[in-house]
Amino acid sequence: MAELLYQRDIYGKTLVELGKVDPRIVVLDADLSSSTRTALFAREFPARFFNFGVAEQNMMATSAGLASCGKIVFVSSFAMFATGRVWNQIRNTVAYNNFNVKIVATHAGITVGPDGSSHQAIEDIALMRLLPNMNIIVPCDGPQTREAILTAVRRDGPFYIRLGRAKVPTLETNNAFEFGKAQVFNQSGRVTIIACGIMVAEAVVAAKNLINKGISVRLLNMHTIHPLDTEAILDSARNTKGIVVCEEHSVVGGLAQAVDEVVAQNHPVKVLRVGVKHRFGQSGEPQELLKEYNLTSSDIEKAACSLVS
Amino acid sequence: MASSDDRKIQELQEKARHIRRLIVEMLARAGSGHPGGSLSSADLITALFFAVLRHDPKNPGWPDRDRFHMSKGHCCPLWYAVLAESGYFPKEKLLTLRQLGSMLQGHPDRRTPGVEVASGSLGQGLSVALGMSLAAKLDNTQYRVYCLLGDGEIQEGNIWEAAMAASHYKRDNLCAILDYNGFQIDGKIEEIMGLEPLVAKWQAFGWHAIEIDGHDMKQILNAYQQAKDVKGRPSIIIAHTVKGKGVSFMENVVDFHGRAPSTEETKKAIEELG
Repeated sequence: MAELLYQRDIYGKTLVELGKVDPRIVVLDADLSSSTRTALFAREFPARFFNFGVAEQNMMATSAGLASCGKIVFVSSFAMFATGRVWNQIRNTVAYNNFNVKIVATHAGITVGPDGSSHQAIEDIALMRLLPNMNIIVPCDGPQTREAILTAVRRDGPFYIRLGRAKVPTLETNNAFEFGKAQVFNQSGRVTIIACGIMVAEAVVAAKNLINKGISVRLLNMHTIHPLDTEAILDSARNTKGIVVCEEHSVVGGLAQAVDEVVAQNHPVKVLRVGVKHRFGQSGEPQELLKEYNLTSSDIEKAACSLVS
Repeated sequence: MASSDDRKIQELQEKARHIRRLIVEMLARAGSGHPGGSLSSADLITALFFAVLRHDPKNPGWPDRDRFHMSKGHCCPLWYAVLAESGYFPKEKLLTLRQLGSMLQGHPDRRTPGVEVASGSLGQGLSVALGMSLAAKLDNTQYRVYCLLGDGEIQEGNIWEAAMAASHYKRDNLCAILDYNGFQIDGKIEEIMGLEPLVAKWQAFGWHAIEIDGHDMKQILNAYQQAKDVKGRPSIIIAHTVKGKGVSFMENVVDFHGRAPSTEETKKAIEELG
């Protein structure tokens, strides 16, 4: 049984680890520090932590001022409030200035669960994809969350890192995380499955079942949404029968659309989208919601089968 | 002593007149832009750049420099004029305002030497200044941060979030300057979305408020000094000004919020500004 971890626990611990070695690290939150786990950093480094209360616009624009003075600024809230709520602050004051602001959003997607639609961000990847300069990482598990945070510190410029609320299984693969490169879980296959975030685990299950049925699968974890690994996508388009893209996000504007744009312009093949079909979320337990919104391994299997039938 | 103070004030008045002339010339050449608010805050910002701000145009990255951020970015012709006059870039560049490829964009941009953070989308600059002010605290340095706000601009909710946070974090190195000229694009502030009682509002948010005539150099200099002396909370200089100040036919004319002068109007304006 794979180890289950909260990505946000790893985020908080990684911040503390970084805070010890890099005095430029500053962390901002808007009254959700116990949920986002920035509270771990706050406890260790109270002088470098600022809680702005329930006022995300101010938090986001303040991050730009701090970054202009040489700080590496981590800004956290739930994905709903860290993106759409403050989109203009991110666009005009963070991304346009190309500042060292690292937005780490937790509680993304419908697996927020019982809190319901108002708290279920399924548009955040789309909103961030629109912005030049903005790097986007959607890590699939706990260890990859740490890799994403370290990457954001090593590289200049704004980052959006998307984390979930629930525990996720740690996935096994022989290939290390490399920023901007698809992580190959399985290379040779008749069909390709591309996934990000929590959907990678679902895709791993789907791939196993498909292989058992005699359908070989190329499985890619597209953790970096920008800059996108277009080579890996095109290679899949050329060498497999089609692509299934899986994300816990709207089918509009997210990873699937990004993949589709690359394929349509260069080597058209069928791209099927396993994602939220242009509807709002609702209350429910995460597993119930994944089923209700057709985001399970069996939905991925079905889509993959239709590409070879 | 009085005579040297008088001389300083006279010099600043003279400088402000020259800055106004540069603003009119830039806007006339550009053919579009915002003269009204650039002219109304010209005395405040001239005094700041030439008598208050600790900065070094030859070493713009000096870590201990005071910071200035223009939150009401549409008044950048004023910012560009004082930057050029200070020596951040050659004055000839002023005539490239708003042209394709120019370092002088229609709203402030980091490609301009001396501009540290872009602005233009109203309501965000006070937060930016707050971030700079917090960085000074983290780095244990003494620099001060000045931020120019427009009166229409403070209708934005983001401003009041920043106001709350700046006083919560006791940012006494932060000084906001409010250009209270009484007009916004659609008309008079009090008719569009009234702000009064404004001094009481800022005080209620924990700020030290200083109310002055924003065209009286002596009052302006005193206000900057007073703000510097206040400890434990941020200060705001609420400066009553005249929109379009210095060009008779632009004064209190809302049309000149966002329209450049014609050739004929420019000629008249330059005559007035000498």
